[in-house]
Amino acid sequence: MASILTNLFDGVAYGMLLFVLACGLAVTLGLMNFVNLAHGAFAMAGGYICAVLVNNSGWPFFLALPLAFVGSAAIGIALERTLYRHLYARSHLDQVLFSIGLVFMSVAAVDYIMGSSRVFIKLPAELEGQIDLFGVGIGRYRLMIVVICGLLTLALQLILAKTRFGSRLRAAVDDPRAAIGLGINVPQVFAFTFAFGCGLAGLGGALSAEILGLDPYFPLKFMIYFLIVVTVGGSSSITGPFLASLLLGIADVAGKYYVPKVGPFVIYTVMIVILLWRPNGLFGRTAAR
Amino acid sequence: MTALSDVSTHAMASARWRISEVAFWVLALACAFLFPSRYLIMTDIVRLGLFALSLDLILGYAGIVSLGHAAFFGVGAYSAGLLALHGIITEPVIALVAAGLVAAVLGFLTSFLVIRGVDLTRLMVTLGIALLLEALAERFSDITGGTDGLQGIEMQPILGLFAFDMYGKTGLFYSLIVLFILFLLARRVVHSPFGLSLRAIRNNPLRAAAIGVPVNRRLIAIYTLAAFYAGIAGALFTQTTALASLDVFSFERSADLMLVLVIGGTGYLYGGLIGAVVFKMLQEFFQSITPQYWLFWIGLVLVVIVMVGRARIHRWVLFVPNLIIRQFAGRKAVVAAPESDVS
Amino acid sequence: MTIALETRNLEKSFGGLRVTRDLSLKVMQGARHALIGPNGAGKTTVINQLTGVLTPNSGQILLEGRDITGLSVHRRVLRGLSRTFQINQLYADLTPLETIGLAVSERMGRGGDWWRRMGTRADVNAEIAEILARFHLLDVMTELTSTLPYGKQRLLEIAVAIAAKPRVLLLDEPAAGVPESERHDILAAVAALPRDVTVLLIEHDMDLVFSFADRISVLVNGGLLTEGAPDEVARDQQVRAVYLGEAADV
Repeated sequence: MASILTNLFDGVAYGMLLFVLACGLAVTLGLMNFVNLAHGAFAMAGGYICAVLVNNSGWPFFLALPLAFVGSAAIGIALERTLYRHLYARSHLDQVLFSIGLVFMSVAAVDYIMGSSRVFIKLPAELEGQIDLFGVGIGRYRLMIVVICGLLTLALQLILAKTRFGSRLRAAVDDPRAAIGLGINVPQVFAFTFAFGCGLAGLGGALSAEILGLDPYFPLKFMIYFLIVVTVGGSSSITGPFLASLLLGIADVAGKYYVPKVGPFVIYTVMIVILLWRPNGLFGRTAAR
Repeated sequence: MTALSDVSTHAMASARWRISEVAFWVLALACAFLFPSRYLIMTDIVRLGLFALSLDLILGYAGIVSLGHAAFFGVGAYSAGLLALHGIITEPVIALVAAGLVAAVLGFLTSFLVIRGVDLTRLMVTLGIALLLEALAERFSDITGGTDGLQGIEMQPILGLFAFDMYGKTGLFYSLIVLFILFLLARRVVHSPFGLSLRAIRNNPLRAAAIGVPVNRRLIAIYTLAAFYAGIAGALFTQTTALASLDVFSFERSADLMLVLVIGGTGYLYGGLIGAVVFKMLQEFFQSITPQYWLFWIGLVLVVIVMVGRARIHRWVLFVPNLIIRQFAGRKAVVAAPESDVS
Repeated sequence: MTIALETRNLEKSFGGLRVTRDLSLKVMQGARHALIGPNGAGKTTVINQLTGVLTPNSGQILLEGRDITGLSVHRRVLRGLSRTFQINQLYADLTPLETIGLAVSERMGRGGDWWRRMGTRADVNAEIAEILARFHLLDVMTELTSTLPYGKQRLLEIAVAIAAKPRVLLLDEPAAGVPESERHDILAAVAALPRDVTVLLIEHDMDLVFSFADRISVLVNGGLLTEGAPDEVARDQQVRAVYLGEAADV
């Protein structure tokens, strides 16, 4: 019983992590209809920024996390302004080719600069080990992830629901053309959101080094996971991707623990079935844009 | 009466062999004789060219985008490997066809998933299928050899006459002949009414249906045929290298294939072949500079091609190749891939 | 006289919006029937249901007495129901020769031939030549469709539909967007359609409707307002109020 709860908790932590990693992609796809397969590269950037700051420069872990966010967001906005924005009107095929190119470049560049082996971030002592909660063993690190990601999710939800920027963003996702007609500067909203999404991915990358592992092939290895979150969750709200992340996280952890022989192909099968059954995602709107 | 003869002349014009096409194949054969030290890389190019030809059939002619074409390559590769390893079919040519048929069956079954939906769904579904197969191959490692791949494949002589040699001479000529035969078949197919209907579907599926083209049936047919081609390419890989490992399914293989076709241009059959030559030369070149990091340069090539615009690249940078393309195609080559999706 | 095309109590809703309301329409064999109505009356929705792009929520569509409601788009074409589009739907990268050639091949059931090269069947070629000549497209037959002048594209749009040898032809605003100088060619082509082909014309242009049609149905808000011979419809007070009145205001 306790092990089930521990696994469930691990799954939730994993799922929340996936959500923080992937929610930026949902916005890219939903708002600009842009297929950005390179989203994982921004996560990797955050991870490596954090690793360098903590391991080489001796920064405290909790101080390095915001820097991972800022660093990835800065890279994100730089690329958005120079490269991405020219491709919004292009075909999905062009976007895919372009972002695959970026992934390849990032993989090779990180391999060249940082080496190909897995990188570990030195964690502060208070994040190691487990605490015992009503007989359920809960990893401290995962608890921290749930707290941070949970707070982030709440904050995102509040920003989207309550702020002026949030309402502009929602309007733009709902109907970009109408939003332009209403005088909303959609490219600006998008640039900001893109950077923010990259920042979140960077933060997620830093947090995930301990759990998912951080190496130059990170963007390729987890590309499909991010895509699953977005395709299953749909891109019309953040609730969809959030629920999809949790499901994926719990299913993946439980699957690896209880039926290790079945392997990851169950997840791929489920993705394909959902795509065919509801092309706009399990929690997405049914009507096509 | 003159109108009628005009019509039949022009209708048949596009299918007529051009001198440049003959020259292309003579040149290919000449290379095989002239560079005996380069058999292995040339075999590699031929295989890649066949694989790209397969993608061109669905992307360039039918407008189906795929991020998981390696699925069929991989199935063909493992089928050929297993047939040889367990001595089920020892004669390579029959085994080759059998492996292609296995891939075709898979193509037929998955085509029903792929023909539904828009580009984005197709990208995801094809990617998903390739990853699924890779995961399956890893899971059933007792059959596939897992990460080590199939060990100890020994190839019997082709038709019982031509043994595979260590320099790869037999392998090259074998691959070249297979490529040529399949190319002839593809050439026939794209110049037939069937091929014309595919181009119509890519141009405007709505109108294609409105003149009586059974759109889905045609797409299923070409997807199955393309899977057969990819399976043959995979089987050639196994037969000429005596290897089959998990990376035959890899995403990088599908992505590289896209690049090959982007370099060569889609929709005139020679794009995949020319693209394969250029791609391998680029690969050789970059690997000679930075052996480990050539992925970076490939990525850069992709980014640059897309940023500059695929059509423009083909107009400017590949001005000379484009002249050749025009010779081959007899019309302005359709180098830009379909822009069918509404963005 | 037999009925060529018929709808029985056709209903179609999008969400809560009823765009086709209990529409029962009869188009007689060999008729020149026009379906008119103000913008937003649901004419395009009707044509999309007739051709199979949309499925009605309820009701039936019959072609020459046979129920085709459940048939796919291409099967209806093979049964003899063909259409043109209000906005050209052509193949940009194909030539008129290839476009017509494909349509003729498909009609003869040879469209799936994957072994035979194009242009090797004399009967197909003869028919292509005849259609290209009839629609004045012979001189441009080897040029890419996307490079043709608009008037030629419009002719091709009608020629493709004719190549399917329909017994019932749906013409969706055939002269839409055609410059005045090329208009004559289009109208002549429409007027020269064989008499045994039943034509249902969906049109905005009243001059064209009254010069061409021998029967007119008026569609308003998705339902049939009235139907009759052109002079009856022209005199109809309701029609004047709803349709012509509106047109006069513009």
